[in-house]
Amino acid sequence: MARFVVAKVGEIPRGEQKVVRVKGREILLLNVDDEYAALLNRCPHEGAKLLCGARVGLLESDEPGRFSYTRQGEFLRCPWHGWEFEIRTGQSWCDPKDTRIKNYDVKIEPGESLAKGPYVAESFPVHVEDSYIVIYL
Amino acid sequence: MDAGIHSIDCDIHPSIPGTKALMPYLEEHWRDHLSFRGIDDVELTYNAYRNPFSCRPDWRPPSGKPGGDPSQVLEQALDAFGASIGILNPLWGGPVVYADDMAFALCHAANDWIAATWLDRDPRLRASMLVPFESPELAAEEIEHRARDPRFVQVLLLAMTEAPLGRRHYWPIYRAAARAGLPIAIHAGTGYRNPPTGIGWPSTYVEDYAAQTGGFQTQVLSLMTEGVLTKFPELKVVLVESGVAWLTSFLWRLNKTWRGVRIEVPWIKEAPAEILRRSLRMTIQPLNAPKGEEQVRRMLDHIGGDHMLLFSTDYPHWHFDGGDAMPPGLPAALHRKIRLDNPLETYSRLTETLQ
Repeated sequence: MARFVVAKVGEIPRGEQKVVRVKGREILLLNVDDEYAALLNRCPHEGAKLLCGARVGLLESDEPGRFSYTRQGEFLRCPWHGWEFEIRTGQSWCDPKDTRIKNYDVKIEPGESLAKGPYVAESFPVHVEDSYIVIYL
Repeated sequence: MDAGIHSIDCDIHPSIPGTKALMPYLEEHWRDHLSFRGIDDVELTYNAYRNPFSCRPDWRPPSGKPGGDPSQVLEQALDAFGASIGILNPLWGGPVVYADDMAFALCHAANDWIAATWLDRDPRLRASMLVPFESPELAAEEIEHRARDPRFVQVLLLAMTEAPLGRRHYWPIYRAAARAGLPIAIHAGTGYRNPPTGIGWPSTYVEDYAAQTGGFQTQVLSLMTEGVLTKFPELKVVLVESGVAWLTSFLWRLNKTWRGVRIEVPWIKEAPAEILRRSLRMTIQPLNAPKGEEQVRRMLDHIGGDHMLLFSTDYPHWHFDGGDAMPPGLPAALHRKIRLDNPLETYSRLTETLQ
């Protein structure tokens, strides 16, 4: 499994995301409370680009008329048909077993360890004093 | 279970002669009121009994309303089809009278009359109770009262009401029914408080009848999305004379739409089709299904539940000729389930009263 350095820590603020390209794939890199998730930038339903989706929380209810809204920013709502996905797992809320976004292992690693290689940083300068987001693919 | 019980007809229509017959069961001021105003025949316009479709020709009595003579109904609907139990669904205008108190009085009296004239006459008969469903508090009162008689096995509503049945305004009905362990039956029909289509008034009978499907869909949709079926998970909803095959594509559409906008109804936590398969039951006359066993089998696969089908003749309505009420194409292996197991599972009161 190859490692790809895709972004510098601090570059993506909390609650934000950016698209990176790895081996021809568009991958959506998301910051959820300073933890990172990497999802294919493509809805498994009909292929919408998930970068355009809203970051939302989870609306639940114990009974009609009662609303509980929690975990703000931990879900992604597809811009085309409104399907909701849990960012950490890529699972859809309505059909978690069969409908999920392809996700990738992602880690934060210090520049010092990355400088030793082997790694692939597509035109990405690595400095030993910084930390980086690395995707395993 | 009594070994002699092998078939339960879940949709038989007795007729109610008029308010004159109900006088013994009405309070004095209502007797005076109804006589003074000349209110006797309180039929649903929807169920006009002279309409050929409302009675199979060989079942039509020489005079009077079809389904008016208990001995004839027992012979033609129960004996002729080998039914051990028959559930009476009186289609009548009392429940949709605008004056709330009069609707309540008429329903109460009609239920008393059904008990005395029909249920007392033959132990094979059961009935749905009539309630003034546009006044849900009064309807709940009648449910609580009538539930004491175990021969009343469900609460009868119509497919087209003043507002969608899931609205919270109607919930006293479901609370009372659930508490008493009674299913809700929604029968094709309307009191015409709204046009029978969402677009407006149609010109013809065929439109009026076929459009009932839209009424059923709206009610099922409303009961599901508003949360009635999750708030009262034990409540069964029986669609009567609804047709069956339309449910297939409706479930697909519902599941798909829910995925996109489920935040409107977060109390719906699983695919709507799963909830409906659990809560809904449907009578089999008419089936409105494609021809041939293979196609019917595929339709049942799509619906995902042969546990949902309940045997019915819909007597005296004219859906079939001859002596076999089981619609063609329903696999023989399912007949027992449809005739007996499913009705017993749906109507727990049947088991209680048979033991």
